[in-house]
Amino acid sequence: MVKMSGSHALIEALYKEKVDVIFGLPGGAIMPVYDVLRDSKIRHILVRHEQSAAHMAEGYARASGKVGVCMATSGPGATNLVTGIANAYMDSSPIIAITGQVPRAMIGKDAFQETDIIGITTPITKYNFQPRHASEIPETVKMAFQIASTGRPGPVVIDLPKDVQTEVADMDFPEKIEIRGYKPNISPHPLQIEKATELLTKAERPFILAGGGVIISNASQNLQAISELLLAPVATTFMGKGSFPENHPLSLGVIGMHGTLEANKSILEADVLLAVGTRFSDRSTGKIDEFCPDAKIIQIDIDPSEVGKNRAIDVPIVGDVGKTLIELHNSLSKRLEKKESSLWSKRIQQIKDELRDKVKINQEKDLVPQKVLKELREMLPIDAIVTTEVGQNQMWASLYFKVYKPRTFISSGGLGTMGFGFPAAIGVKVARPDVPVFDIAGDGSFTMTANSLATSVSENIPVTVVILNNSMLGMVAQWQRLFYNRRYSAVELGECPDFVKLAEAFGAQGFRVDSIDEFKKAVKQALESHVTTVIDVPIPPEENVFPMIPAGKGLREIIY
Amino acid sequence: MEKKEEKNYIISTIVENKPGVLYRASNMFRKRAFNIDSISVGPTERKDLARMTITINGDEPIVEQLVKQLGKLIDVIKISVLNPQNTVIRELALIKLHVADAKARSDIINFVNIFRGRIVDVSIGSMMVEITGTPDKIDAFLTLATTFGIKEIARTGITALVRG
Repeated sequence: MVKMSGSHALIEALYKEKVDVIFGLPGGAIMPVYDVLRDSKIRHILVRHEQSAAHMAEGYARASGKVGVCMATSGPGATNLVTGIANAYMDSSPIIAITGQVPRAMIGKDAFQETDIIGITTPITKYNFQPRHASEIPETVKMAFQIASTGRPGPVVIDLPKDVQTEVADMDFPEKIEIRGYKPNISPHPLQIEKATELLTKAERPFILAGGGVIISNASQNLQAISELLLAPVATTFMGKGSFPENHPLSLGVIGMHGTLEANKSILEADVLLAVGTRFSDRSTGKIDEFCPDAKIIQIDIDPSEVGKNRAIDVPIVGDVGKTLIELHNSLSKRLEKKESSLWSKRIQQIKDELRDKVKINQEKDLVPQKVLKELREMLPIDAIVTTEVGQNQMWASLYFKVYKPRTFISSGGLGTMGFGFPAAIGVKVARPDVPVFDIAGDGSFTMTANSLATSVSENIPVTVVILNNSMLGMVAQWQRLFYNRRYSAVELGECPDFVKLAEAFGAQGFRVDSIDEFKKAVKQALESHVTTVIDVPIPPEENVFPMIPAGKGLREIIY
Repeated sequence: MEKKEEKNYIISTIVENKPGVLYRASNMFRKRAFNIDSISVGPTERKDLARMTITINGDEPIVEQLVKQLGKLIDVIKISVLNPQNTVIRELALIKLHVADAKARSDIINFVNIFRGRIVDVSIGSMMVEITGTPDKIDAFLTLATTFGIKEIARTGITALVRG
C-alpha cells in the first residue's frame, strides 16, 4: 500500500503497463494528470485535435502490437476522441482513451464541459470505466489493459472525474487481475479441429480467406504453412492485407468491393473455404446470399459472436487464430503430404495469368495513381509501413501497393474514416522510428486532419504524405458517375489548398510533382531527408477505381 | 438463410450488481436491433450479483446471436436459455379498473378470487388489482378486465428460475 493521488496512481499504473507514450491534448478537467505526467518518464505527444490523438494511438498499436494510449479533457475533448474510438472498435485495435470528467458532485448537473462520455462510448468500446474513488485507479488500469489487449482487442475508455484525480488514497497495484465476466476462449475445441481436418483433406479446391485477425494474432507464418500444405490459394480481406505476402505464388490479393479480379473470381470456384479471423463484412463478400453458396465453410475466430453472424458456417471454430492454425496444421500434416502442385493450384495460376492485365490502366498519362503506387512500392524497402486515407486513394493502394509483411499496411477498414491515415502514420512512426512511414492520401481526406502537420514537425516525427490529388472527393464522384448519371453533387474541391504552401506553413517540406520522374525524386528526397514531407501528385480528376462490385451485388457482378 | 420458426425464449443471466449494467445490455439490444419483449433486473442471494431476465420472440439464429452478444458484455457472468418445461415463470401485474356500480365491484372481486389475485387498493369508482402468474394468465385476466374498463396497467415483465 502506498499513499498517493489518483493522478500519480494513474501514471504509475500506466508505467507499470510499460506505456512509453501518450498522445493527447490537455484541458481543465484533466489538468491534475498532466501535472504529474510532466515529471514522468512517459513521453507525451501534443496533438492539435483530439481525433488525431486517437488515430495516432491506433497507428501505434497496430504497428507495434502493443496498446496505444490517448488522452483528452472532458466535454469537447472527449467527444473529439469519439471518431477515433469508433474506428478502433470497428478494426479491433487495442487503444485506451483516458478522459477528464467534471468533479463527482457536478456529474449530471450539466456542468461546464461535462458530457456523458460513458453513455456515448458504450456502443463503441469493448468496455469503459468511471472510477468513483482514487483507490480504484490501479485496478481499473490493470483491467483496462487486459480487456483492450486480449481476446478480440478493442478500445477501452477510462473517464476520470477531476476530484478523483486529486484525491489521495492508499494504492494497491495488483500484479494480476481476474475479471469474472471476461474469459476469452483461446484454445480451439479438438473435435472442431478434427472436423475441419476432415473437410480440408477431402477438399478438391480449398481456398483460404484471411482477415485482420491473422495480423492481430501474429499468425502469418502459420497461415502460410497451411496454405502451402493444402496448396490453397489465399485471398485476404482488406483488413487482412499483409497477412499473406502478396508476391507469393498462392496469393490472390485482396477480395471484395475493390478486390482483385483473381480473388473475386476464383473464390467462387472453391469447394471448401477456410475463413480465418474475418467477420464476412459486406465490403468483402458482396451480396452474402451469392457468396460461395455451395462451398463448405470453416470459420476460425476468437469472438464467438462473429461465427455465423453474417453467414451460416459448417465448421465453426472459436479460438485464437494463431493457436488454432498451429493445431490445424499439426492435424493436417498427419494426413497430408506436401506437394509441389495440384490440379487446383494449376487452375489458380491459370486464372491469375488470364486476369492479371485485364484491368486497363491509362497508358497516355504517367501520373496515374496505379503507376504512382507501383513506383512507390519499388522505391520503399519491404518493411516500410504504409497507412492510407479513405476513398479512392485507399482502394488504389489496396490494389496496386503490394504488401509483403504483416503490420506494414494500416488503414481504416470498418469505419472508413477519412483523415485516419496521416495521424495514424505519426503513431506508427513513434512505434517504429527505424522504418520509413508513408501515408497514401487523397486531397479530401488529408485536409481533414492536416493540422497534424504541426505535431509531426514540432515533435520531430517525420512521415511522408503522398497525396493522390484529383481535386475531388473522388470515391463519391466515382459513384455519382456510375450510379447517379454523372450528376456531381458536392464533390468538387478545386485546387485548394496549395499543399506545398500548407506543408511549408507548418515547417514541413512540400513538393508538387508533374511527372513520374519528379515523383521519384521527391520520394528519394523524403527518404533521405528525415523531415516531414508532403508530395502533391496531381492525377486525372475522373479516374475510376476498378475492379468494382456495386454495393449490394454479388461477386460475379464485378465490373472492370 | 431459410426462415426458421419463431418461438418465445426466456434468457436468464447473472450480472455484476453495479450501476450501468442494465444500460449496457439495453444499449446492445438497441444497437444490434434485437426487439426484446421484456427485461427485468433484481437482486440475487449474493449482494454483488444481480439476475437479469430477458424474454424475446424470435428464431433460433437470432436467439443464438443474442446470447453470444450478451456473453461479450464484460458485466455478464452467466447466461442460460431456460427451457419452459422445467422453469417456474412469473410475472406481476398491477391493474387499475373502472368500477361503474356495486355489481361491477362484486364481479371484479369474484374474478380476482378465481385468478388468485388480490385487491390492493379501493377508491370511489376504481379498484387496483394485483395478479401474479405466467404471462398467459395475466393476459387472460386482462381480457376479462376490459369488460369493466381498464384505467391503467403496470406489468413487471417475466422473471424465472429453473426448478429443482
